[in-house]
This record gives sequence, structure tokens and C-alpha cells, in this order.
Amino acid sequence: MAAPRDKFGRPIVVVTGMGIVTSLGTGKKDNWAKLTAGESGIKTVTRFPVEGLKSTMAGTIDFVTVEPFSSTSLSERLAEMATEEALQQSGIGSKGNFPGPLFLAVAPVETEWPQRLEVGRTVGKKEFDYFDVLRASGGGKFAEYHHRFMFGSVAGHLAETFGTKGSPISLSTACASGATSIQLGVEAIRRGEADAALCVATEGTVNPEAMVRFSLLSALSTQNDPPQAASKPFSKNRDGFVMAEGAGALVLESYEAAMARGAPILGVVAGCGELTDSFHRTRSSPDGKPIIGCMRKTLADAGMAPEQIDHINAHGTATPENDKMEYLTTAAVFGERANHIPVSSNKSMVGHTISAAGGVEAIFSLLTLEHQRIPPTINYDMPDPAIPFDVVANKARDARVTAVMSNSFGFGGQNASLILTREPV
Amino acid sequence: MTEPKSPGAKEVWITGIGIVSSLGEGLEAHWDALNAKRINFDDKRFAPYIVHPLAPVVFDAQIPKKGDQRQMEAWQRIGTYAAGLALDSAGVKGNQEILSRMDMVIAAGGGERDIAVDMAILNADAQGNSSPGFLNERLMNDLRPTLFLAQLSNLLAGNIAIVHGVCGTSRTFMGEEAASIDAARIALARIEAGQSDIALIGGAHNGERPDLMILYEFGDFNLTDKFSGVWARENNSGFAMGSVGAFLVMESREHAEARGAKPYAKLTRVVADLAQRKQPGAVTKSLEALWTKLGVSADSGNLITGATGVEPVTAEERAFLRQHPGFAVRATGTTFGHTLETQFPLGLALAALSISRGALFPPNDPTGFEVEKSEPPTQIVVVGAGHWQGEGMALVEAVK
Repeated sequence: MAAPRDKFGRPIVVVTGMGIVTSLGTGKKDNWAKLTAGESGIKTVTRFPVEGLKSTMAGTIDFVTVEPFSSTSLSERLAEMATEEALQQSGIGSKGNFPGPLFLAVAPVETEWPQRLEVGRTVGKKEFDYFDVLRASGGGKFAEYHHRFMFGSVAGHLAETFGTKGSPISLSTACASGATSIQLGVEAIRRGEADAALCVATEGTVNPEAMVRFSLLSALSTQNDPPQAASKPFSKNRDGFVMAEGAGALVLESYEAAMARGAPILGVVAGCGELTDSFHRTRSSPDGKPIIGCMRKTLADAGMAPEQIDHINAHGTATPENDKMEYLTTAAVFGERANHIPVSSNKSMVGHTISAAGGVEAIFSLLTLEHQRIPPTINYDMPDPAIPFDVVANKARDARVTAVMSNSFGFGGQNASLILTREPV
Repeated sequence: MTEPKSPGAKEVWITGIGIVSSLGEGLEAHWDALNAKRINFDDKRFAPYIVHPLAPVVFDAQIPKKGDQRQMEAWQRIGTYAAGLALDSAGVKGNQEILSRMDMVIAAGGGERDIAVDMAILNADAQGNSSPGFLNERLMNDLRPTLFLAQLSNLLAGNIAIVHGVCGTSRTFMGEEAASIDAARIALARIEAGQSDIALIGGAHNGERPDLMILYEFGDFNLTDKFSGVWARENNSGFAMGSVGAFLVMESREHAEARGAKPYAKLTRVVADLAQRKQPGAVTKSLEALWTKLGVSADSGNLITGATGVEPVTAEERAFLRQHPGFAVRATGTTFGHTLETQFPLGLALAALSISRGALFPPNDPTGFEVEKSEPPTQIVVVGAGHWQGEGMALVEAVK
């Protein structure tokens, strides 16, 4: 048995439970089977009319229903489902009594169009201004919408349902949010504040305005037909990401606590790192230094050398800029090995689950370690010669994998990386 | 039981404070206004709703590029401005070596909507134009492409990174008042544990926003008709939103001493809770439990609260405060309005400022609940209770 502390004397942080929902399905088993079979969860959106939209496909989760529908309620339900699976596997605590804090990666919340229109229709005039809407909003008719559209509402609900301890933290670091939620959990355990942490990342915001917002920034693929071929990470003809929904939940524990209770140990969060890019609101610094620094900080945090990483679960959004920058920065950190480490992007199949991506992809990384099998990057038919990664093209690949780096980069200069291992390093 | 600090926990100093609000900008202006018991509220512009509008600010002083200002909505400008004041106050503005490894924990909501676009859609809908795709078409054609970036929660941090070069790490916490408590709590814990040497924390709120008024009107939280201090709203409860940006630079004592920085105060402890507010008295009980964890042993002292003025939470908080009658209370809500994600950093900022000035600012409360206190404060408790969820408390102390 390894020492319960890492080489820096900090408690080792292990994963003892995982739960996942994506457009591929519910649960680890279903997701892993479809992911390694190269199936896509992307389809033409049917939840709302797509007339007038440039991008009409997404990885929506239509097999989960919430009433009345809102993106926030869907995010909450997906988080709940993923958490239930993670807790069941972990066996930690008891029902409604999780012995640690909650760190939730969740999309920013605001009143949504169905509810806004509903309120507008109660004004009772043909022409009105926001004062009329304001006057129509009070009196308790829409009291539920206050709660629903508070930023803290999803975390509050999860904290109550699962009995997490203390003040639950809702966070956003854009597309890196899921990784940040894990990082906060790791830090709390390393500080000795908690023996366990519940790290959840959720995204349920495929709605018209969210699609329009990303579309207006030219971030989304417009290769609508066929939808399952739209997400083309590392391909020459990639043209943007595909929005998607999903959730991932991880139970983190100190190695010592997990061993003491005989918990299943699914893997180790060996290192985390982040470094902010101050170059531009949506673009990476052209020299890639912040991303390079982020990866190096993560290696340093894990006390590992680049040679010890044998798979990269890429951010791989399929935007022209991201994938190019990800190669350049990976090459700077890994040198010539950048062309030989198997790299894959789960987003080719599940789409970009935005706030959830870091959590979802950490789970896929841990499943990769468990099964010694790397999921493919599908739609990889036209390799971009400027990105000579060893992309796991179109078919899953069996490989010896001991340590995975999972990367997440987001708007606002957010960069976060994780290193996940099978055994303590 | 006070939670024991881990052995070797580092002392954490507050070495920079930045405030911009309805009272003006900077520490002198705020200290003078607080001592003059000045309140700046506007009950006309959004009548019958009341707001505490931002005092005139020349944003160029902290956000020199007009292009940057244009990329932001008001909440981001307020926050980026206040963050710059805090960095100036800590003497680290422009110090790339420090800024490049400075950690940032920001409490943020979201940005303003385009009210004109929203109203045009709502009106068209009311007039029967609800064909499939109508909403898509209007949004695609009428939304400014960069508005999204002015709305995204984590883009306040993003703008601070771009404008001021704070680029160690960047985390944005959301969740109204509680986010601001947790931002301070996590930054403190990280510095104490040696996971961070120096951090910028804070929040920004634009109180002059009809879209937010609608959101809070859903829950009947807005103060209307007649302004009064938060302790005098028992028969007309509600909060008046305030525009405030409040940021702090926090660092380990060693780090501050090594660069010759002087502290305003030290931040000794931050504790937080999420009470299930289902039974009357839940908030009183939660605050009492936090008080015990905070480890205040004296039976007299000073306390700054962000009490909102909405019920039932304000009455429950008052019940808690009445159990500690030796503590002189100051409510920021009366003077600054309610500032959601900025509630707690504002309380911390005023506590640190008071300690550094050797005086608690005077009461501003005709009900007499707030009392005069003449002794120089060595300890100030900061309390934050959210208008609907989340409670927290901090202990700010003089550096010995």
C-alpha cells in the first residue's frame, strides 16, 4: 500500500464515485459503450424551432424531461442524476448526508424566454415598456421564478438533496468550469478541511438565446447536415464547436479516508493547474504562454515529467483557433512526443458540454484508465496537417495508459488542466 | 466550538482596498461620507423603486482604453474600476511579477440584458407575432455580438485580467450574496494553507438595472415608495439595489512584509453556511452557530452587517444581533443599498478601513438600533446573510 500522502506531503486525492449523463445516454456503462463505439450524440434540435439559426444541431438531452422546462431546471436534474450514480458507486455517507462540501460548475443563470414571455403576456396591453413588466412581476404570481433564476438555486437544491456540508459553491470559469470544480475539491482535501468533496459539473442550456450568443461570436459549427458529423476536432475542415448538454459528478476523497472505509478507488487526481490568459476576451495569447504555463503548472503540481503522461484528453473543441493552439502549446510542453502521445477529443461525439466539459471529460479520462482503451475522435477524415497529433482516429484504441492529462480552456482567459492516474504516483 | 486553525496556518493581511459606490470612489471619499452620514439614493428614476446610483466616475482613470470600456457593461466597468483601486491601494498596480501570480476569486452575477431588444420581442409577442423562429430571428438580428461577453459571469475576472494584468488564477463564484462570502473564505483558506501567496477578491453590482428589478420583483424583494434605513423597514420591507464595486488584496504576512506592504487589517476567519430556511428562526440559529465558529469571546465589540431590509431574514438577523447587545452594529444596506455579490467584500472593506482609521464610522439609524462607539476597534465582525439563502461571517482584526 502506498503512503496516503504524495511526494509533497499532501493528502493524496482519489476518486471513489463517478456519475455521468450526456447526449449519448445515462450512466457510465452506456456512455462508455457508445463513446468507444464512436457513436455521436449530436442531432438536429427539436426542442425549439431552429428557423433562422445558423447552427441547428446540438447534443441535447431529450430523454430527460423537467416540468416546467427551463435550462436551469434541466441542469439541476442532470446534476442530480449524475450525483446519484456517483454516490451509489462510492457508497460514501448515507442517503441525504454527504460528509463534505459541494463544488458545482454550472452555467450562469438568468430568466429564460418562456418565462419572460409568460410574464409579458400578463401585462395585458398591446404596447408596453419594462415598467409595465415590472409592475406585472410582483405579488407572488411568479415567486417561483425568483428562486429558479437565482444563480445559487441549483447548488442550493443539490446541497439540500444530498446533504453536503457548509456553503455550496457555484462557480463558472466558462468552458473550464468542470475542471475548476474538481480543483476546488482537491484543494479542500489537501488543506485537510475535508476528507471528501462532491464535485459536480452540469450544463443544460441548449436554448435559442444561448445558441444565438455563441453563433454571433462565430464559435459554432454550421455544418448542420448530417448533424453527427459536425464536430470535427483536429480536422482541416473543422469550423466550430457543437453545443451540448451533460453532467458529470465525482466523489473525491483523501486516499486515507477511502482506504479506511474500503471504498472503490477509481483513480487519482494527481495534479491540477490553472493559469489566466490576459490577451483577449475570447482568443488565446498567440504565443500560447498561458496554456503552456497551465500545463506545466499541472505537471509540477503532480510532481510529474511530461514523459509520464501517456494520453491527452484534449479540450479539442473543433474551433479553428482552439485546436491549433492546443497543438502548438502541447508541442511546446511535450516536445517531439506531442506527435506520439495518443490524443482524443470526446467532443467529437458528445459535443461541447461547456460548463460540464471538464467534469465529463475527467470521468471519460478515468474510464480510459480503467479500461485501458482510448475513445476515438470521430469525424476525423481530413487531418489538419498543421496539427500532427497522434489523433485516435475514428476507432477506439487499446493502449497502456497510466496517466492522462485533461485540458480545458475557456472564454475570459480561463485555462485549467488535470492529471489523472490509475495509481498514486 | 471554534474550528481550530491548522498548525502553521499563515496570517493573512488585507493590504489593498478598492471601493466605488453611490458615495464616490476611494477610501477618503468613503470615510468622509460615512462620517457625514451621507446617503445617496434615487427614488425618482425607477419610481416607485429606489436605487443607490453609482456616483459619477471617470472610468478612464482605471480602464484607460476606451475599447476595453466598450466591451464591458456597467457591472464589469464598476468591478474592473474597483479592482484597479484595490491594486493601487496595495501598491501592486503594474507590478507584473506579482500580478502574474496573483490569484483572483470573484463573486459575480450576470450582465445586463439589452432591454430594448427584450421589450421589442415581448411587445411583438403580445401583438400575436409568435411564429416559429420569430424569437431566433429577432435575437440573431438584434443582439450585439459582443453583448454575451459583457453578460458572462466570468468575464468580470476576464476583464480584470486584460485591463490590470492579474493573471495567476481566475475563479468566479456565482450564487448571489453567498458567492461573495465564499470568495473571501476560499481565498483566505488558500493563503493560510500556503496554496496561494496573494489574492484579489471582490465583486461588483450595478443596482440600476430594470432586468434585475424584475427578477427581484418576482419575489417582492424590492423596496418601494419611501426610503428608510434597513432597521426601519419592518412595515415596508425590501431592498434598494445599490451600485458598488468592492475589492480587496489579501496576502500572507510574509509576502506583504517581504515587499514592504502595510496592512489595513488582518482577516482572521471566514465561516459560511447554507441554512434550510424552512422554519422560522433558521437564520438566527445559523448565525448563532457561525458566531460560535468565528470564536468571538468578548461580549462587546463592533459588527458590520450587509442586512438587506427584506423579511423575514432581517428580523431573524436582528434577533441574532440582540443576543449580542454589546456589539455596535452598522448596516451597509442603509447607506449603500443591497449589493448582492458585493455584499460581503463591501463589509470586509469597511471593516478593514475602520480598523486602519482607528474608529468605527458613526451609526446612521434613526431607530436607535445602531449605537455610538468611541473606542478604536481592534476587532470587527462582518456578517452577511443572503436575501433568500446563504449566511456567512468574518473576523477582521488589527495587526499586532
